[in-house]
Amino acid sequence: MEILRVENLKKYFPVQKSFIEVLLSKELKFIKAVDGVSFGVKKGEILSLVGESGCGKTTVGRLITGLEEPTDGKIYFKGEDVSKLPKDRRKEIYRSIQIIFQDPYASLNPRMKIGEHITDPLLIHDIADNDTARKMAIEMLERVGLVPGEQFFNRLPYQLSGGQRQRVAIARAMVLNPEFIVADEAVSMIDVSLRAAILNLLLSFKEEYNLSMLFITHDLSVAKLVGERIAVMYLGRIVEIGDVDDVIHHPKHPYTAALLSAVPSFDKRDLKVDIRGDVSNPIDLPSGCRYNPRCPFADDKCKESEPELEGDDFHSFACWHPLDIEVE
Amino acid sequence: MIVKNLATRIFKPIIPEAEGRNMVIAGLAIVSIILFMAIFADIIAPYNPTKFSGKPLSPPSPSNLMGTDNLGRDVFSRVIHGSRVVLMVVFSASAVSMAIGVPIGLISGYFGGKLDRAISMIMDSMYAFPSLILAIAIAAVLGPSVFNAVIAISVVYVPTYFRMTRGQTLSLKSRLFVEAARASGAGNLRIMRKYIFPNLVTTVIVVFSLSIADAILTEAGLSFLGFIVSAPTPDWGFDLSSGRPYLPSGYWWMITFPGAMVMILALGFALIGEGLSELYAPGRER
Repeated sequence: MEILRVENLKKYFPVQKSFIEVLLSKELKFIKAVDGVSFGVKKGEILSLVGESGCGKTTVGRLITGLEEPTDGKIYFKGEDVSKLPKDRRKEIYRSIQIIFQDPYASLNPRMKIGEHITDPLLIHDIADNDTARKMAIEMLERVGLVPGEQFFNRLPYQLSGGQRQRVAIARAMVLNPEFIVADEAVSMIDVSLRAAILNLLLSFKEEYNLSMLFITHDLSVAKLVGERIAVMYLGRIVEIGDVDDVIHHPKHPYTAALLSAVPSFDKRDLKVDIRGDVSNPIDLPSGCRYNPRCPFADDKCKESEPELEGDDFHSFACWHPLDIEVE
Repeated sequence: MIVKNLATRIFKPIIPEAEGRNMVIAGLAIVSIILFMAIFADIIAPYNPTKFSGKPLSPPSPSNLMGTDNLGRDVFSRVIHGSRVVLMVVFSASAVSMAIGVPIGLISGYFGGKLDRAISMIMDSMYAFPSLILAIAIAAVLGPSVFNAVIAISVVYVPTYFRMTRGQTLSLKSRLFVEAARASGAGNLRIMRKYIFPNLVTTVIVVFSLSIADAILTEAGLSFLGFIVSAPTPDWGFDLSSGRPYLPSGYWWMITFPGAMVMILALGFALIGEGLSELYAPGRER
């Protein structure tokens, strides 16, 4: 059963105009951060969302969490269209969808005790009174590895290391007993030596509560490690999505292949797919396939019409000239 | 110096070790001495400040430490008693402006939009007036009294608090921890109260002591022009104006001592403010 379904999701941010442009009444321009994204996540499944910075993967996460209102498209949570629900029901749904941010140094209030970061969500949602919330927070702190919880409860964020802070962020998300977690680059700012520990902590919660996850990352090797399914995003669109092993070993889209050949750890004897130039401007997208200016295989067809995502649940891709290669 | 040693011994334990610490200690020492003077004025002052206590216009001497004024009143006693009005006016006025400016700035900055533009425009137009001119205008409309002076001065300093709070709120509301609070379901009121306001407090304290330093000068100006007290109540600014006609004839002590006190008190608060802003400088986030 799909717990989350996203249909043709779009988010355009208006571009700030200069005063002269306003006077000349130029038409409003938009950054197309997310431009028609559809995917589903099953109960208990992890979907990794990869792509280079600026491709819109963080915006997808923020849209799902309700931190951003979509310009167009639908988000279904357990079959319900989130945007159509009354306010209190939405609050309940957003309780079940929690987010863990990338930067543990910025995601904690510097003037609030560690413990209060965890009791606050409980108090907001009327789950517990002050004393119970405190008890639950201390338990949760110890569960995420901050022992003794009693001591960590009273500390301030500046007294903790980056890894410890990220554990607090995880505790804050988990204390609400969510069903869906958006992990937005949750381990990319952590020291490499601690990355595995934080990752395992997240995965242990996933096992224990049968959580579903959207794991946003730019690191294909992390995606391979955690993901059951993987979606590759380029300039606001998903270009390839499917089973993680199949996508990584049989990439169909030249962009996925180019990403793979950029990862040093993969064995890439047969894999030499180039990528040219820089990411195109998300305000004035190239015509046809949005990857065509950088693609070594692009021809006239790619410049004229944009390919749609085609295939099945196991593996689908959006490309006129899919590759047929194997990566060890 | 005894004062310095004493001040260091009292204040050092409560102030974190960092740059700006000595400034804060010096400022606190000055302010607490003057505060002490104001509270125990009746005991410290050798004479009644409103009664004849020596030959008029006599220069500083052992019996009249700062000389006497044209009516034979002891300048030293008047200087000591004069601290009361200034401190009262300046503290209550600053507290009122803070109580008005900070919440308005917080709401305006947090919600933004048309309301924010309207409030900012009003505040900016108030800010465009020189503080003393605006205070004089308000005091002139309301009439001379201590209470009206408090109102006049507090109105003048509301925009200072407003601008500072609004600016800080604008930057704080886009910080990640505010987003995180929103993701865990916190409403606007809770975000302002628990996530934004506590991060404003240090800046508010700094602005509070700096604006007090400024308000002291405004108070002295208003008092000099007769908008706060009337004879025979002692007040530094007021005594400056009553001593002024005698300066050309060489009776310097009538204005030198009250004038110096205004300066020293303003300096004390400025030192606290400057020192605190160093102490809480960005990068030393705690």
